[in-house]
Amino acid sequence: MSDCLDHRHTEALRRGIALPGAGLPTIEPGMPTPAGTGLDRRSFLLRSLGLAMSVYGAGSLLPAALEEGVAAAQAAAGAKGKILVSVFLDGGADSLSLLAPVGDPLYRKLRPKLALPQGAGPGFAEDARLQWHPALTPLATLHGEGKVTVIPSVGYDDPNQSHFTSRHFWEVGALDERLVTGWLGRYLDRHGRPDNPLQGLALDWGLQPALATKKMPVASIDGPDRFDFWARGVWGDVQQRMLEAIGKLGALPTHGDAALELATGAARQTAQLYDQLAPFRPKDDKPAFTSPVAYPKEQDFARRLAGLAAMIASGLPLRCVSLTAAGSYDTHDGQAKDLSDGLGVTAASLLAFQRDLEARGIADRVLVHVWSEFGRRAEENGSAGTDHGAAGTSFVIGSRASGTMIGEFAGLDRLDKDGNLRATADFRSVYASLLEDWLGGDADAILPGPLPSARPKLVR
Amino acid sequence: MSIPHYRGHFGPAHAERLLWRAGFGPRKGEARALSRMGLDAAVRSLTHPGPEKLVGRPPRTDKGRRLTPKDAYGHDHLWWLDRMVRTSRPLAERMTLVWHDWFATSDSGVGSAKLMLRQNELFRRYALGNFRFLLHSVTADPAMLVWLSGAENEKDSPNENYARELMELFTLGEGNGYTEDDVRQQARALTGFRYDWKEGRGMVNFRFDQRRHDRGLKTVFGKRGRFTWREACNLCLDHPAHPRFVVEKLWSYFIPTPPPAATRRDLEAMYRRTSEIRPLLDAILRHPALYLGPRMVKPPIVYTAGLLRALGRRVDTEAWVWLADGAGQLLFYPPNVAGWDDDRWLDTATFRGRWAIANEALEKFTLEQKGKKPLKVPRKPEAIVANAVYLLGTPRIRPETRNALVQFARAAMADAKEEWKRDAYPPLVLNAVRQLLAVSPDLQTS
Repeated sequence: MSDCLDHRHTEALRRGIALPGAGLPTIEPGMPTPAGTGLDRRSFLLRSLGLAMSVYGAGSLLPAALEEGVAAAQAAAGAKGKILVSVFLDGGADSLSLLAPVGDPLYRKLRPKLALPQGAGPGFAEDARLQWHPALTPLATLHGEGKVTVIPSVGYDDPNQSHFTSRHFWEVGALDERLVTGWLGRYLDRHGRPDNPLQGLALDWGLQPALATKKMPVASIDGPDRFDFWARGVWGDVQQRMLEAIGKLGALPTHGDAALELATGAARQTAQLYDQLAPFRPKDDKPAFTSPVAYPKEQDFARRLAGLAAMIASGLPLRCVSLTAAGSYDTHDGQAKDLSDGLGVTAASLLAFQRDLEARGIADRVLVHVWSEFGRRAEENGSAGTDHGAAGTSFVIGSRASGTMIGEFAGLDRLDKDGNLRATADFRSVYASLLEDWLGGDADAILPGPLPSARPKLVR
Repeated sequence: MSIPHYRGHFGPAHAERLLWRAGFGPRKGEARALSRMGLDAAVRSLTHPGPEKLVGRPPRTDKGRRLTPKDAYGHDHLWWLDRMVRTSRPLAERMTLVWHDWFATSDSGVGSAKLMLRQNELFRRYALGNFRFLLHSVTADPAMLVWLSGAENEKDSPNENYARELMELFTLGEGNGYTEDDVRQQARALTGFRYDWKEGRGMVNFRFDQRRHDRGLKTVFGKRGRFTWREACNLCLDHPAHPRFVVEKLWSYFIPTPPPAATRRDLEAMYRRTSEIRPLLDAILRHPALYLGPRMVKPPIVYTAGLLRALGRRVDTEAWVWLADGAGQLLFYPPNVAGWDDDRWLDTATFRGRWAIANEALEKFTLEQKGKKPLKVPRKPEAIVANAVYLLGTPRIRPETRNALVQFARAAMADAKEEWKRDAYPPLVLNAVRQLLAVSPDLQTS
């Protein structure tokens, strides 16, 4: 009797069970769905997880609805569903440092202390005036491979220089202070599912406003390996039972009471998410997943990206993901060091993420959009820093990124009345393009009009 | 005037809901005691409380030190949470929270706990008071002047920030009876506030400076005059759309369904006469919709204060600061000028936040076997659940919720097949039932 590993896997998949004594069957990239089973790989994985948990004593944790919902989500999205990862540089990152116009004589005049020296970082091939910040060398590498689309001067007309307001504009995808749903949230409301919280995932302490939906469930976790529930003085079998009971609370009747439905729904979604993330929780202090590449150590941003790559590889039905980058970019003083530190970790993590996706063979499914609420004032201030400005710099990173600059560097000789860089690309047309060309959404229905008619080519 | 009152039986369950909606939930035995007073007297005790007494032990840091709300990060939050837990005027404290949400000001934009606390005192002073006085005071309040750029609004460079929110969020509702031109004209009327910056002391000497005020003619809502900031407020307060806005917004903090039209009109008429809030509260809190209508999700801070009140625990750890953040309601930091979104209290992250809050609240009551002697705790599933319900102040829970907890306890106890487990498991199961009860949909809502 043949008992090679492949066969055991296939049999296990066919029957949807865990191997006795060996836990879960490993789902390997490229493994075909067993014919005739009527199930795709995704639902197998989930089914196996449920059983795996019963192996670990968790009982029938998995609600049937979750399995159906996730399987259907996967079927709807296709096994190759596209994923958009939004990475936020919090505080207004200085576009004149990300891509420094070292070839512009005005640069040194405006930035006597802060100007980066010629040759400090890699040159920018698409505009000879510009030079990458040395800490962004990893992005320059990816750019050289055609995997980074640079939008050097992105913003909107009549720019708002309040962090809160400008960030809000970017998050809701409109110059509307009252809009409470995020641009990705509205995409999910229109194209998402009522039973899949993972479709909008904030890898953060709280929900990212860009993901705020009106009706569809979305989720927020610190990291796939961090969504745990414990209670003082509860352990062993009792703890497992307690975790199951969260799902039971989520199944209590609500008799049409809206508040009860909210509270019950939150418990239900929590239980679903807890199940979905089961493979990523460390067991006995050992990490539950390994990355094929090395990420920067001891960094939340890197840890979350590593977890994200593992989640995507496992086939979980993610669509829109948001993270906050490492570092703090509101550099009113001491800019040089803060910027260097933050950009360094961020860029190294993003490079590792891209290499991770490539190693796992899923890089074609993921696009990363890096943005900040605004750029900074062209002229440096008196405390070796810069104040709030207007146009900033965005990047779209991934194997499917067009790799060709959008708009142009706005130039230091035609600043606006406040001494800020002018935008040569509108963030809403970037969103429209990401929605239409990547996520397959209806931009005109999702972004309040009128939209700029031109759509930049961000995706190939 | 014919605003209906609830005429049915006013039992502990009704008193319990009243205490949650109009305060921070009952202390042990409080719901029963309040129900004995009957509805009218119960509501009156809330709307006409005596002078404030803080009941119970004062708040402390983890190290047993006093709070320094003006100086230490998060102590402002702890200081107010303590007030919610210990106050003898729960409705006044709840209304202070309502005004904080209504005139939502965030320290993220003010940058001064001192000014935030000063504004908090203002909200407390007018908690059950007169909306006209409140609005005038808020307009000149230092934290608000910083938050909505009132102190940057001068005749040569008007700033519309406060003028817009004054109408949109505070008195009329978005686009409700005003134009963009009214916003600009109101901004001119509101010019003139300023402060000084003193090295080491920050923003001081907030005042109205005639020289910065635009004394020209303005046209607001079709009326012409050399309006000042007080008249800017009065124009809003006397606007025909204002009473309905106040009545509906105030109502929404206590009852999730909109007021019936006849009730609303009567409340508007009541408000129009005096701008007093207390009579509105008297009527809203006695309305049948509060007792017979659907539930409301408890805001995270109400949930937290309520757990501490029910458990009889004082504020004794700074953990409440980050726990509040995790559940989505850090006091003095509303998400924006529109306040917290009451439809968004619960998602997977904030559910986890509430789980952590419940666990922290129960921390002092955790049962742990020390040494070899087994703890004396109930072993029968029903008795375990009854113990948990009692610890949490005997809240009314639905039979299906009780059943789910009993089933959990039964299944968990059945796992104890080995002898050591039969001794070790009962306290574990009881700890778990308490935790599950505290996060149950029944206790997240009222």
